[in-house]
Amino acid sequence: MSDPVLLINVILLVIAVVTAIAAMWTRDLLGAVMLMGIYSLLLAIEWANLFAMDVSYTEAAVGAGAATILLLTALTRTGIREKAGPNFHPTALLTVLVTGGLLIYGTADMPRFGDPQAPATVNVAPEYIAQNVGKVDAGDDGPENDFGDHVPNTVTAVLASYRGYDTMFETAVIFTAGVCVILILRPLSPSARRETAQNQEDA
Amino acid sequence: MSDSVVLRTIGGMLFPYILVYGLYVQMHGEIGPGGGFQAGVLVAAAFILHALLFGKELTDRLLPTWLVDLAMSLGVLLYIGVGILGLVKGRYFLDYSVLDPTHPAHAEALGMTLVEAGVGLTVASVILTMVRKVNGESS
Repeated sequence: MSDPVLLINVILLVIAVVTAIAAMWTRDLLGAVMLMGIYSLLLAIEWANLFAMDVSYTEAAVGAGAATILLLTALTRTGIREKAGPNFHPTALLTVLVTGGLLIYGTADMPRFGDPQAPATVNVAPEYIAQNVGKVDAGDDGPENDFGDHVPNTVTAVLASYRGYDTMFETAVIFTAGVCVILILRPLSPSARRETAQNQEDA
Repeated sequence: MSDSVVLRTIGGMLFPYILVYGLYVQMHGEIGPGGGFQAGVLVAAAFILHALLFGKELTDRLLPTWLVDLAMSLGVLLYIGVGILGLVKGRYFLDYSVLDPTHPAHAEALGMTLVEAGVGLTVASVILTMVRKVNGESS
């Protein structure tokens, strides 16, 4: 435990696990949402520690920001106390233990973290980092104008260029999600509204 | 809507800065960390903050629902449009080099900026729509 970065990583992960358990344990849903926000923030710091800046960014913006606000907004409609019931679900515990065990068993086959000889590092990554696409210099404007004619952020280059199809369909998926939300949560039509009012009167 | 003067003052001061930061992340995605997705979330967060502080009626007037719905589909259309432009010009789908045949590197940067703008538009409007819909609309 002489490596200070490793020490920080371990401390962050331990706090993250404690936060996650506390979020499951508490019956105060408002508190649980806040704890999940803290959990996301801790993971964002962890990603930044592992030099995954883009992932860290997304985790902080989506996990700690947008998802928390969305859940809080939902809570204003549902109430902030969890329904009383048994706190122990044997089936759920068994499922989690089996899935977790399988995942940990799977990591045994993975290359050591940061291994320079790992398949992911020796096959396609060098090509991505070499930035073959768009590295044609017309030579008209000097190197200071075009970052050596490549995109310095490899993550963006991979997302928008090498895997342009992937990103396009991801955007389409997000769009579909938005359309679904609009369709499901749209205001009722006048006839449907009358029917709902009628049902409420009957009940 | 918040009654606290401190929250409303500080939040009102922060609002334009969050927007500008979102735009920075959007435009700077090829150079630093970030990109369309993160920028979209930031811009949406700015408007969510605005709605929390000043009431959703004011935010609806600032950014009408029809405009958000339009931006949602425009983003995807922009992305696919760049792809189809490649087909129209007789190259591959999503071939950025058609944007500036004399300088492929510039075309690459321009193409990435355009598709990232599409991603940003869609993500920002979808997240804003989700929060607005769950929050319940006045209309």
